[in-house]
Amino acid sequence: MSVLTLTVNGKSHSLDVDPSTPLLYVLSDDLQLRGPKFGCGLGQCGSCTVLVKGQAVRSCVTTAASVAGAEITTIEGLGTIAKPHPIQQAFIDEQAAQCGFCVNGVIMTAKAFLDRNPKATTPEIRQALSGVLCRCGTHIRMLRAIARYAKGVNA
Amino acid sequence: MKRRTFLKRSGALVVGISAARSAPLVWFGVDPAVITAQRLDGAGSNRLDSWIAIAADGSVTAYTGKCELGHGLYTAQTQLVAEELGVPFSRVTLVQCDTALTPDQGTTSGAQSHPTNFNQANLALAGATAREALMQRASEKLNAPIDQLTAVDGVIRVNADPAKAVSYGDLVGGRPFGITLNTAARRRHPREWKVLGTPVPRLEIPAIVTGEFEYVQNVRVAGMLHGRVVRPPAAGATIATVDERSVSGLPGLVKVVVRKNFVGVVAEKPWQAIQAAGKLKVSWTAGPDLPSYRDFHDRLRTQKPTRDTLLVNSEDVDQKLGAASNVVKATYLYPYQMHVSVGTACAVADVQNGKATIWSASQAVYPLKSSAAMLLGLQPDDVHVVFRMGPGCYGCNGADTVSYDAALLSQAVGRPVRVQLTRKDEMSWENYGLAFVIDQRAALAADGTIAAWDHESWSPAKGGRPGAGSPGNVVTGNLAGFEPAGVAPRSPAPAPTAFANNSNAVPAYVTGTVAGRRGGTGAIASQRVLTHNVASPFFTGPLRSPERLQNTFAHESFMDEIAARVKADPVEYRLRHLSDPRLMEVVRAAAKHAGWQSRPSPQPNLHPTGEASGRGISCVLYEGDNGYCAMVAEVAVNQDSGRVTVTRCVIANDCGPISNPDGLRNQLEGGALQGMSRALLEEVVWDDQKVTSVDWRSYRPLFLGADVPAIETVLIDQPDARATGAGETAVTVAVGAIANAIFDATGARIRQAPFTPERVKAALQLRS
Repeated sequence: MSVLTLTVNGKSHSLDVDPSTPLLYVLSDDLQLRGPKFGCGLGQCGSCTVLVKGQAVRSCVTTAASVAGAEITTIEGLGTIAKPHPIQQAFIDEQAAQCGFCVNGVIMTAKAFLDRNPKATTPEIRQALSGVLCRCGTHIRMLRAIARYAKGVNA
Repeated sequence: MKRRTFLKRSGALVVGISAARSAPLVWFGVDPAVITAQRLDGAGSNRLDSWIAIAADGSVTAYTGKCELGHGLYTAQTQLVAEELGVPFSRVTLVQCDTALTPDQGTTSGAQSHPTNFNQANLALAGATAREALMQRASEKLNAPIDQLTAVDGVIRVNADPAKAVSYGDLVGGRPFGITLNTAARRRHPREWKVLGTPVPRLEIPAIVTGEFEYVQNVRVAGMLHGRVVRPPAAGATIATVDERSVSGLPGLVKVVVRKNFVGVVAEKPWQAIQAAGKLKVSWTAGPDLPSYRDFHDRLRTQKPTRDTLLVNSEDVDQKLGAASNVVKATYLYPYQMHVSVGTACAVADVQNGKATIWSASQAVYPLKSSAAMLLGLQPDDVHVVFRMGPGCYGCNGADTVSYDAALLSQAVGRPVRVQLTRKDEMSWENYGLAFVIDQRAALAADGTIAAWDHESWSPAKGGRPGAGSPGNVVTGNLAGFEPAGVAPRSPAPAPTAFANNSNAVPAYVTGTVAGRRGGTGAIASQRVLTHNVASPFFTGPLRSPERLQNTFAHESFMDEIAARVKADPVEYRLRHLSDPRLMEVVRAAAKHAGWQSRPSPQPNLHPTGEASGRGISCVLYEGDNGYCAMVAEVAVNQDSGRVTVTRCVIANDCGPISNPDGLRNQLEGGALQGMSRALLEEVVWDDQKVTSVDWRSYRPLFLGADVPAIETVLIDQPDARATGAGETAVTVAVGAIANAIFDATGARIRQAPFTPERVKAALQLRS
């Protein structure tokens, strides 16, 4: 075990953890955040996605030590129920969830991509999301929600 | 019930729905008599107080035994209570599936929640009973006849003098009703609905999209440890030795737990448990080899013993087939498929001092209470199961088995333990959806109509839902020493005594006549449906539209093949053989909305190469009595690569009165896409020892980047009909509609799912 300093959603945390621990477990268990989720532990589905310095990162295959000191944002850091971020509001407006377990990965991946590529076309957005799995088949609503958000960004 | 107890119970609810971190609820002073009254073996409760409580401030707490699985039921049930009671939607708090608090409504499955709770029974009837009781009490209090009273937003007023009024809170607030459900209570008619029937947004979504929602994966309780299971390396393997020294001294390790062939480790932190599980040396004795994947379907036909069931038999089918000059035959093959929820299964259990609390995403909290008690050697009364939503389950996924994992590990260490499965452990051992071999034969009359339909199928089964008494039906219970349900041999099949089509083994086009009574939806009188269950090498269990999807794929493909044989339009030919007006209506509605052009399949401009497009239709009366649906699918087939792209789906659905149209649309869209994923992509594969579909590369469903069709839904509202299921209809018809569209586009008939490029190319090569 060793002490790591992680900056998550603007707050600094000193944590005594095995530095090889994947970031996801530190977020879920040491910091008790609910947003990033374990889907596969293999970096294949996107459920665990967080932003590290604005980049979408799969926290299940990223060691906590490797992101010490970097600015980490989870979906909780975007907005709240009372004051959702525009991309979260777009998902509410489109009712773009069934079980909703994948939504974290969808929103975080889309946001990171659109932050860098605000003029992205629909095929480019889809390409950016091609490694994210929704098992309920909410694809169309989610793509619609992302398009709604992108339109607002560009308005 | 005493007032004090009632208030305690109400107080406990607030804690219960907001914070799993708090102490277990079962010990909150709930009146044991109340719990006993609610435990009616899945039948709900006839006591109004089991379903609805009204506080002094007029707020309503309702209790349901049917849980949210991602299909919008929690919101729809909240609408139902608000509607029946006549209170604003925001005033209702719904408590779902907690064995200490809610009525025992068995399992939330089989598209049965809408019919169970939205007709003249259970939750809907409780709302209506409460409303009538409140009107009666208001009548006495206001000294006015009921027919001169109006209830709006939880206040009952005298029509002629609206100042004379009394609120629900004043009438009953904080006190029990103390009455039973009135089966004659008048429910709000769908034509009067103000809350039901409207697209109320899902209550969970704001919390989901902000990361605040508590899934079972997020449950954390004080003093909780983390467990990890060590599954056998292959099916049938048994433990030879467990070398605990291989992990001794590892940081955070609390205990290695072994019970028969169940192995797990418990540690302080999840990463420590993962490392310990990886390092634990367990030597296993290999079990028998698995049957070959390559000829698996062929072997099903000859496997013994079998359990044979005749669902219909007019006893003239052989004679008609023998006499007909034109007989059509085809065989359809379906693979094992997985639920594979996007998050792996997780549960938290706290088993100490002879009592257990399990936080679980099981669809079956009450049955789990009993089966977990068997596993733990406790009495059911000592087990409390609290539902917490998990990732979409689509049937018996890993939720039950991981509940056992957590319970066994917690019992061994005497502290709360959280377990979340690895992706590989979940995929290797879950209860797969059934593989099938289905033979179809039809005798054609001279005029091209179907004179006889003969259906025979083989499907392998092992285990299933654990129910109240079969923990061995899922892998953990089996490893811990309980046997899975097998196949009880029975051959030949006895003659059917009553019509039942729960599995949709009986095609929609036959009369379904059994014992002189007609139960089917079609016109063909000469009919035989014979099914054979055989033993499966893998655990199996209900996967969204179990059997119904597979059978409907075979029926709807075969109907299309016959229509093509006689050069009839597939829609017209279906209608010619149907008799149920509502089923005919969804077929017509889907075709009309899709702009269906009447002509036989395949399309007239066939080319052997290049891109081809076509359309196909498929329909079902789900479970024979539980929801009508038809889908027109349009596809583009790349005849060089064999790749199929579904470009458009039009779905017409009739589930009786529509409780929430947007929720229904969401289900139909999701069903279509999940059906498309299963039609084109999904198949469990194995080698001679083990399943090799173990991650998202080796079992790859429809990811977000995939080409998705435009989906259009036609909702047929039936305000005077019973509420039926709606969550499993679209998935049921998708596979057949896509197969038929591929045929229409190319003239190639594909009879084995999934329709991979290789299989499509092989089918294309078989074209004459």
